Amino acid sequence: MAVAYEKIRSTATAGSGKNILEVAGLTMHFPLTQGIIFQRQVGAVRAVDGIDFFVEKGETLGLVGESGCGKSTTGRAILQLYKPTAGSVKFEDTELTTLGGEQMRRMRRKMQMIFQDPYASLNPRMTVGNIIGEPLEVHNLAKGRAKTERVQELLQVVGLNPYFTNRYPHEFSGGQRQRIGVARALAVEPEFIVADEPISALDVSIQAQIINLLEELQSKFQLTYLFIAHDLSVVRHISDRVAVMYLGKIVELADRQELYEKPLHPYTQALLSAVPIPDPAIESKRKRIILTGDVPSPVNPPTGCRFHTRCWKAQQICSEVDPEFIEHSPRHWAACHFPG
Amino acid sequence: MPLLEVKDLQTRFFTRDGVVRAVDGVTFEVGAGETLGLVGESGCGKSVTALSLMRLIPQPPGKITNGQIMFDGADVLKMDDDEVRGIRGNNIAMIFQDPMTSLNPVLTISRQISEALELHLKMDRSEARNRTVELLELVGIPSAKKRLDDYPHQFSGGMRQRVMIAMALSCNPKLILADEPTTALDVTIQAQILDLLKNLAREFRTAFILITHDLGVVAGMTQRIHVMYAGRIVEKADTGELFANPKMPYTWGLLRSIPRLDEHRKERLVPIEGLPPDLISPPPGCKFEPRCQYRRDICREKEPELTGIPNAKPDHEARCWGTQSVSGGGWLVDLDWRHEIGDTAVLEEIKQEVAQVPAEAARATSADLPPDVTQKEGI
Repeated sequence: MAVAYEKIRSTATAGSGKNILEVAGLTMHFPLTQGIIFQRQVGAVRAVDGIDFFVEKGETLGLVGESGCGKSTTGRAILQLYKPTAGSVKFEDTELTTLGGEQMRRMRRKMQMIFQDPYASLNPRMTVGNIIGEPLEVHNLAKGRAKTERVQELLQVVGLNPYFTNRYPHEFSGGQRQRIGVARALAVEPEFIVADEPISALDVSIQAQIINLLEELQSKFQLTYLFIAHDLSVVRHISDRVAVMYLGKIVELADRQELYEKPLHPYTQALLSAVPIPDPAIESKRKRIILTGDVPSPVNPPTGCRFHTRCWKAQQICSEVDPEFIEHSPRHWAACHFPG
Repeated sequence: MPLLEVKDLQTRFFTRDGVVRAVDGVTFEVGAGETLGLVGESGCGKSVTALSLMRLIPQPPGKITNGQIMFDGADVLKMDDDEVRGIRGNNIAMIFQDPMTSLNPVLTISRQISEALELHLKMDRSEARNRTVELLELVGIPSAKKRLDDYPHQFSGGMRQRVMIAMALSCNPKLILADEPTTALDVTIQAQILDLLKNLAREFRTAFILITHDLGVVAGMTQRIHVMYAGRIVEKADTGELFANPKMPYTWGLLRSIPRLDEHRKERLVPIEGLPPDLISPPPGCKFEPRCQYRRDICREKEPELTGIPNAKPDHEARCWGTQSVSGGGWLVDLDWRHEIGDTAVLEEIKQEVAQVPAEAARATSADLPPDVTQKEGI
């Protein structure tokens, strides 16, 4: 793990050298307990199991995978919304895992989150003004009149009417609510935003509106995104680099074009071939890789390579040795015994 | 005679805020063995249409206020409750969107599947049980016999959806309504289920109505597609024709607002601005007019009918003044949608590229996979 990380780090610093976030050996296990009075741990859900990556300043790193692969947990563990079981998360050279509560709160000014479900992530009893103004108060950024003005400015930035401050979330549609969620994240002028499936709860015709908004804001405020999604075509559109997760591990990480044109890991290849394309002429000619079976349980992941139970290339070695996460070509990492 | 003929179907919900015109004059037909796609966003009335066909609209607040649903020569709307029950599950079956909530959690799956067999086909317990094993094997559930007495929570999402499909197939229905059958599933599982549905449709010559918001899903599955918006069908065509030569600006909007894997990456997506209309007080003219960038005065004044289009295939219809040869209409007839969406040359180039999927991928179709993969999982 450490070796792989050193490799990643050295290449990264050799490149642009401006990593806003460095994650090494990040592990997040949720204990499974049994017993009513004396709870003893009988196992763990290995949601994230030792992942290494970095995010460069100003880029969008897409994180894709199926449900239950640990992508949302990764996002939350980075922001320390969960306390990671092991590993390190460095944000602009500050180690986050060892920070105390107050120090972490101060760091959160620089890192914010946009949540998946715009119906669940806004307090229904708060007005829009209070929802967006709350982070301003928590971080002592603005009060009174200045706060109201700032809230109105933020509403305008995300394309809502600035006079909506006294309305409640239920008065808005899904797309508008997601804009409110974006405005709340922007309120403290963060540098880094974790967007956890920000469009998957929205209707098709609205999704493009939010994607465009996120892109505009990125160039306007020089934001860095960790964009978590399960939709590969959306991730290709918005990301500079893409990481593919499977069962708690990153199996492949590369620049966008490289990943979509030359996927090395069989899982990435299967994912790409499974995306339906809205064109019957292409659909009839296309060959699909149809994986059999389901994703195994993260409580008891397969030995060796975790994908070997569904992989058509699997050999003896795959069930015995966990493949290392290696850089196969510049900036293209994959964890597979038989890549390509 | 088509298997199913729906004429001017209207379903309304009478709520405190007013009357919601969820389905407002929908007319279509499905031939035996045909797969029809109903496409649209949430709230466009596609699911309510399906529920109306089965007479499953909760009443009150809902009510089918007008129309005719001819299934196999009989009008479903004129049947009494017993007759409808004889059709439901027997001749028309439904696959629901969410396999997590549409199975009964306190009954074993064999109970749930054999219920229909005992009721409609008058099988006894052991016959029904044997048939259930066959059905589960048919939909690809490994070691089906052992899993008969399992409860739904012991199955994964994809497997539950297979159980739902087995249940729908149990009485050899002539028509299956699949309402977003893969929306709750992951991409790799979605591919499995779509593959299964396609094979079943071919093998049993069952007619399907596939309801989805995902144009990608219908592209590879259907023969004809109807696009719905605000309770109405706004465009109908053959699947090939609809994707090659879409005419209604709403369909264009749907096609270009999503990023596609088979296209060069665009700098910006072109969203459909605004929101779908409120169905309590919809716009007086064309329902899409407030969001349409090609609108003219006539669109706001009067609602267009669903009619044929000059220079298009005869069964291609759109509900749009821009495609109709009436005075003041027809300004979209000669517009090439590809120019409206992006570069034609680029599109051609992409088609070539996609035709040659990675060589590795081509070799590894499901047939080539080692047969023991599923067993290794020991699900």
